[in-house]
Amino acid sequence: MKTQAPSRRARALRAGAARLAGVVAVLWGAATLAFLALALIPGDPVTILLGPFTTASQEIRDQIAADHDLDKPLYQRYLIYLGNLVTGDMGESYQLQKPVFDALAEALGPTVELALAAVVIAVGIAVVSAVLTAGREGRLHRLATAWELIAVSLPSHWLGILLLTAFSFQLKIFPVVGGSGAAALVLPALTLALPIAGVLAQVLREGLEAALAQPFAVTARARGLSRREVRLRHALRHAAVPLATLSGWLAGTLLGGAVIVETVFGRPGFGALALQSAMNKDMPVLIGIVLVSALVFVVLSALIDAFHLLVDPRLRT
Amino acid sequence: MSPLLTVDGLGVTFPGTHAVRDVSFTLDKGECLAIVGESGSGKSVTARSLVGLAGDTAGVTARTLEFDGTDLTGLGERGWRRVRGGRIGLVLQDALVSLDPLRTVGAEIAEALRAHRDVPRAQVRGEVLRLLERAGVPEPEVRAGQYPHQLSGGLRQRALIASALAGDPDLLIADEPTTALDVTVQARVLDLLDQLKAEGRALLLISHDLAVVSRLADRVAVMYGGLLVEEGSTREILDGPRHPYTRALAAAVPSAAARGTRLAPVRHVGEPALADGCPYAARCARADDLCRTTPPPPAPLRCHHPERGPVLRVVGPAVERPEAGERLLTVEGVSKAYGGRPAVRDASLYLDRGEALGVVGESGSGKTTLARIALGLVKPDSGTVTFAGVPWSELPERRRRPLRRRVQTIVQDPLGSFDPRHDSGALLGEALGLAGVPRSARRARAADLLDRVGLPSSVARRRPAELSGGQRQRVAIARALASEPELIVCDEPVSALDVSVQAQILDLLTALRADLSLSLLFISHDLGVIAHISDRVAVMKDAEIVETEETVRLLSSPAHPYSRDLFAAVPSLAVDPA
Amino acid sequence: MRDRLRRPSLVLAWAALALLALAALFPGLFTGRSPIEVDAALSLRPPGPDHWFGTDQLGRDQYARVVHGARPSLVIGLGAILFAVAAGALYGLASALLGRFADRVLMGVADILLALPQLLLALVALAVLGSGQVNVMIAIALAFLPGYARLMRAEARVVRTSGYVETSVTLGQGPVARAFRHVLPNALGPLLILASAGFGMSLIAASALSFLGFGAEPPSPEWGVMLAEGRALLQSAWWLGVFPGAAITLTVVAVTIAGRAAQARFTRRTAG
Repeated sequence: MKTQAPSRRARALRAGAARLAGVVAVLWGAATLAFLALALIPGDPVTILLGPFTTASQEIRDQIAADHDLDKPLYQRYLIYLGNLVTGDMGESYQLQKPVFDALAEALGPTVELALAAVVIAVGIAVVSAVLTAGREGRLHRLATAWELIAVSLPSHWLGILLLTAFSFQLKIFPVVGGSGAAALVLPALTLALPIAGVLAQVLREGLEAALAQPFAVTARARGLSRREVRLRHALRHAAVPLATLSGWLAGTLLGGAVIVETVFGRPGFGALALQSAMNKDMPVLIGIVLVSALVFVVLSALIDAFHLLVDPRLRT
Repeated sequence: MSPLLTVDGLGVTFPGTHAVRDVSFTLDKGECLAIVGESGSGKSVTARSLVGLAGDTAGVTARTLEFDGTDLTGLGERGWRRVRGGRIGLVLQDALVSLDPLRTVGAEIAEALRAHRDVPRAQVRGEVLRLLERAGVPEPEVRAGQYPHQLSGGLRQRALIASALAGDPDLLIADEPTTALDVTVQARVLDLLDQLKAEGRALLLISHDLAVVSRLADRVAVMYGGLLVEEGSTREILDGPRHPYTRALAAAVPSAAARGTRLAPVRHVGEPALADGCPYAARCARADDLCRTTPPPPAPLRCHHPERGPVLRVVGPAVERPEAGERLLTVEGVSKAYGGRPAVRDASLYLDRGEALGVVGESGSGKTTLARIALGLVKPDSGTVTFAGVPWSELPERRRRPLRRRVQTIVQDPLGSFDPRHDSGALLGEALGLAGVPRSARRARAADLLDRVGLPSSVARRRPAELSGGQRQRVAIARALASEPELIVCDEPVSALDVSVQAQILDLLTALRADLSLSLLFISHDLGVIAHISDRVAVMKDAEIVETEETVRLLSSPAHPYSRDLFAAVPSLAVDPA
Repeated sequence: MRDRLRRPSLVLAWAALALLALAALFPGLFTGRSPIEVDAALSLRPPGPDHWFGTDQLGRDQYARVVHGARPSLVIGLGAILFAVAAGALYGLASALLGRFADRVLMGVADILLALPQLLLALVALAVLGSGQVNVMIAIALAFLPGYARLMRAEARVVRTSGYVETSVTLGQGPVARAFRHVLPNALGPLLILASAGFGMSLIAASALSFLGFGAEPPSPEWGVMLAEGRALLQSAWWLGVFPGAAITLTVVAVTIAGRAAQARFTRRTAG
């Protein structure tokens, strides 16, 4: 037994190192792809920088090109760019007159707030809906599948407009646009959460049903456990496993959804910033957003994998 | 004194089917009753309805369903929960899925304990360890902290039995408790169940295997089509079965003694019975209009035309074994390792033209890897395979391809070996095309092949997924025959089949050997099957061939200690003289 | 039991899809009005017998606009999904069959793309390509591609090690015949099934990008554009924000129901 302990630790360390290498690889890859996208962009970056309506002299244009290292060959620009990234320097925004880092830092807060609220709402709705309806025949079951289907089919830009119309313009319960505080968060968070809740509820319910159909569920009931005990003590854990595989999808949907939700509700944040920089071809900012998204994804997957290991002992050996 | 369990007139319906009809039996303390039947016979549904777990859509009716003075028919959910685990324990097949894979074995047993007994928290662990020890689990302290997937199949099954014993039930229902286990492990689990019976518990054993239950059961009940067709003492059922189905079942068990005889009765396809008639009528050679229209007479022998006397065996086609045959396949000192672990180590064997060589061993012994090396699908790390004088294993695939038609294979799961998009005709057509049969002749040849394996030509238009397990295996055999091979490597070809279907396939393979002088390399974990079909047998254990011998000599005097253990553990229909 | 309960919804879904296809091909069958004709006198009429879905600020009939919007709304989503499936299948197959080095590189790139939100990926593509309907199609296809490529590769690898491909070796079939007779057709099935569900997602994405101002442009009656235009007037004209969105949602629901039914049939067929 004792001889196993160090080898297991060594294995865990090696797994951790491999994981870290994977994280670095994805970030480096994302940075490289972003750089290539920037290099591929048709049209002269200097013109984009100056905006469509200026007529600058060639001297000024050259100066700007030199400032942004645009006069250097591609591979040099790539190396400079990577070197800057390592020190956290993502360059200057073309449009916002401030470092990309600052622009991202300002936008991060409101979006994190929105995303967390949405996740809490979505998970809450999904667990309640799934536990109440899994394995039940009849009307309740049909009702559950119907609402899940509609929830996953709702475009969030329409859902946001509907909620705004109903609760802000007609009933006047929530503020219309912008604003701060909890009241301003309710409708955006709900808009972001509902389609996610639909997917989560579906996966969770199917997971529960699959677990309840397994022989061990019969064994547990043959032991004298009640239906509810089997559901909560045995099946729910099994249903959490497929849920974990959705982590990547969840991160993407939250960030992508934020683009739309923040636009509809006029909120500041990551999504609004992404949209604005895509419209203005503000590539440094867009690249910054890409990198932060990749980082969020990678960190989230690592966390979810750890959760996976915690729940499913079969993965540990 | 009234019996512990009385079942009278039990019926179970599901929407659209009548799964169990008018089943009656009784069971006393310290007694073991075995219910034997093939899949779909209603045996598991019968067992589960005794603990109220036949399913949400099941409609259960009974004249009497009484356990130890308690009427089970009137129980609500709360009452059932006291019975389940506390009075009647249930053990299912394959503990890998019957124990919660996400929880430790100890937690599962503790849960069962808490459901029925008021054990103080501090004593739960001690009680769990005691239960594991009772079930014969070594090192209970270590095992209690492990998960089902970390235990071997035998230990897992013991842990499952321990959890069923936690509530100290008077009756233990075991549904196929040893089906997924190797024979030597199976023998030890059966010993454990025997021990529980000796302690005075009643045991209801559900199995598809007449031989397995015969060593444990006091009485045997045979089910077919939802009906308990025959019941009697184990000796009566084995020595002189009277229901035609029981007789067919007894004759279907392959063994060395049954060599040269047909295992399955000559195939009889009769008209199906009316709803109330005898369910076996469609397959029964003795069935008449009375059988098809009138319910069979009441228990214990539910047959209008029972038979008498010992089961007669029909002599099958003679397989001629050449005296000094031509060497067809030679395997010399092959080894193959996966990730540092040897799967096959220094194995040597030979096979003469027209001969059948069996390879027997338990799971993980390396049989399948050996088969794949012989097929040229896996290249051995060392050693050589020679086929018909050609260096088979050393050829590059391009050079081996033209020779491949001479060696074919059939496997345990034929469905996986068929492209799911094609019907049987297209699958046979493809094989015939690769064997060089011109397109115009393929359709007729495919019909010939289907006929050869006993299938109607209409099967050609159906996809394998729509066929029964036995039919699929026949299509697989037909495809293997398409290129007129000299050798067929069979990897557990009958292991997934019911006994009666297995009997038909074994008969078919024997007949094909006789007609086509085929050679077989036959892999199986089932010694009865191996002994029935092989001329010589190689015994594998832990990646090595420990003994190769003529079948008859091996069975009478096995030389290697492992062979002796293996044969001692094999269940047989012979009744224990004690 | 379940099948019977599902069947009416499946029939309704196919009926809805048929109507949508008709509206996209022959909008004149459903309305005689023009979707773009301006009439200031009819500005902002609420829904009523004359104008079922009301009118907008410019007096355009919203019903006519929703009907005529079917074509641009469906075309972008359909084009995107077809493009994504074709490119994803080729990409995945190349990764599965071209050897270890190509596999590493191709899947490495796919993994990086998978780490990014699909909508963000589409936005980056649009920033590079510029807006326009064809570019939106390409952008959505690019966002969906890595997922399809991964699935195709996984399926191809499963099929390659399956019992029937192994059997075709023992029957003496060569590698090229094997790839085309067994590997490709069997690996493509799950991909097409996933794509039928992905069609719904690509419709939503296309509508969202038009809503954000990248795809179709006013005065096109594309549903996302209609929502964007109506958004400014929600306070006074609620109907402008309701009907185009309902059209998108109903389309996606119908597509999803039909896609799931196809998936269930496919699984039944292969599982037997």
